[in-house]
Amino acid sequence: MNDVHNELTSLFREVLENDDIVLTNETTANDIDEWDSINHIYLVVEIEKHFGIKFTSAQILEWKNVGEMLDAIKEKKQ
Amino acid sequence: MEPILSFRELQKEAKKVDTNAREIKVAVLGNHTTTFFSKALKNQLTVAGFETQIYESDYDQIDITIIDAQSGLYEFDPEVIVIFESALKLKDKFYALDDNQGRTQFYNDVNDSVKNRISLIRANNSKAKIIYFTYELLDDHLYGNLFSKIPHSFYKQLWKINNSILNLSEEEQGFYVFEINKYLQGTSGYRDWPAYINSDLHYSIDTFAVLTYHVTQFVKALKGNFKKCLILDLDNTTWGGIIGDDGIENIQVGSLGIGKAFSRLQKWAKELKERGIILAICSKNTEEVAKEPFEKHSEMILRLKDISVFVANWKNKADNIRYIQEVLNIGFDSMVFIDDNPAERDIVRQSLPEVTVPELPEDPALYLPYLTSLNLFETASYSDNDKDRTVQYQQEAERKKLISSVTNMDDYLKSLEMEGVIENFEEKDVSRIAQLTQRSNQFNLRTQRYTENDIKEFMTSENHLTYSVKLKDKFGDYGLISVIILEKKEDNSFFVDTWIMSCRVLKRGVEYYAMNKIVADVVDRGAEIIVGEYLETPKNKLVSDLLEKLSFESTGAKNIYQLNRTNYKPFNNYIS
Repeated sequence: MNDVHNELTSLFREVLENDDIVLTNETTANDIDEWDSINHIYLVVEIEKHFGIKFTSAQILEWKNVGEMLDAIKEKKQ
Repeated sequence: MEPILSFRELQKEAKKVDTNAREIKVAVLGNHTTTFFSKALKNQLTVAGFETQIYESDYDQIDITIIDAQSGLYEFDPEVIVIFESALKLKDKFYALDDNQGRTQFYNDVNDSVKNRISLIRANNSKAKIIYFTYELLDDHLYGNLFSKIPHSFYKQLWKINNSILNLSEEEQGFYVFEINKYLQGTSGYRDWPAYINSDLHYSIDTFAVLTYHVTQFVKALKGNFKKCLILDLDNTTWGGIIGDDGIENIQVGSLGIGKAFSRLQKWAKELKERGIILAICSKNTEEVAKEPFEKHSEMILRLKDISVFVANWKNKADNIRYIQEVLNIGFDSMVFIDDNPAERDIVRQSLPEVTVPELPEDPALYLPYLTSLNLFETASYSDNDKDRTVQYQQEAERKKLISSVTNMDDYLKSLEMEGVIENFEEKDVSRIAQLTQRSNQFNLRTQRYTENDIKEFMTSENHLTYSVKLKDKFGDYGLISVIILEKKEDNSFFVDTWIMSCRVLKRGVEYYAMNKIVADVVDRGAEIIVGEYLETPKNKLVSDLLEKLSFESTGAKNIYQLNRTNYKPFNNYIS
């Protein structure tokens, strides 16, 4: 699981162009300036590409924090 | 040269670019979320060498933005306006019409609205080039394959709308159509439906990277930066097999087997040549052996007459391409080199990074589909003269031979038996004149780009002196090779707005021949002073001293020169 967390962190850093981003399970969009609604779309696309998965619309809308994103990635990867 | 990058890779590439010399301002107007399109476009243009500013209209506010003379659009004063509407949005509008009669006429409404947009942009004094996207041919599948018989079918309406936009572009100056469907076809998963439903993202992020790549190619062409020459390797590129080993009977070209792939590539090259692209050969071979198929093979499509410069020897290919560049006198960045051998491609890339060297798929069957997908020979202008270019360059090679047989320049110029015609702009030359202002980069004093409409305005203007120069010599006719525009200023002086000459006639004395005529005309009009300015670009060093050579004197102000008629002595030259 740690691997997924690290991969997600580096993806966040690259997509949002901020190398200082540190993700915890509790991190939300409010904690990261660059994480706006537009970049959220970009993030989802890149996460899907990186992990070779496809989220459902419902999943994308439900996430409240990074922890839930990680759970969704983990679930889809299985 | 890499295949088209994804959105994210593109972002990385753009970050590596520090600053660019040339500037461009592009406005993006859309009826859907264009944020990613705009970002990708900015990155593409940055990677292509432009210092880029983008103006993005508010979400779905195209018409308001265009109507309002005070809108940010006009304040921004873009060089290019991209109008990109989504067919999904159009579909909503269409379905909102509740009677079939209205639906049947829908394409007319859209056509009127496009026309209206163009005229409003012009009415608000914008000279921006308009790049208008066609609509995605989005079948709503309501009438299946009967759609063509149903005038109120949305799918049929889309075809009619696109057709009317294409027709419009034949009439409207500065209005260019970007045909989205041909790019969507080749892009897998071009729409991400969940992203559309959740975030109004009408195309996937990587689709925007593809579309903006092609828009950028076109913008480059509009800015005078496009490919002029295709250089082909021979063995396993132009034909299958190795001519030196296999012999003329055994090389693969023609309608059978893999030969078909090479024939198709040759046909492409031949059609490009007809359009005005110069063809050159660069091959490691003995010249006579390499030329044999061009002369004797019955199924070869390319013939020696199609090739402007034929280089077959055992020297380094980078050196040979330098030689081709010298003969043709065009920029390395306007050359494309195609070779099946990765090592050769690498040598050329390393030594001549400006030359475009596409990767080539291993399978010759994929050569042509891959090369055409790169849209290498994008163009923003076309004139009938373009076709004759090959002959002109072949004549140039003949002149090069003559020059080595005479001992001094005057004898050489005399022996050319040159005849010139200098005259004011004529209606029949308008497209060639506009084209010269669009494509000349080197012998170009101020690099002002003009459309055919601009040229027509100069023709009728009281305040402008316009000149075109045509030249021929004993080897052939160069056609129209120089354009000069002078503007009369309030203080009764004349300002050199434009001085362009084709590099094919460098060092013939054309500029002196023209100057004699210009000074005589200016004197006729009672003016005393001609003012000239050199506007430096990365490519026009060649003319940095043109004004001084023409007996202008420096004014002290940087790159500003002037000539008083009393100091002028007509130049000697060999053009009659």
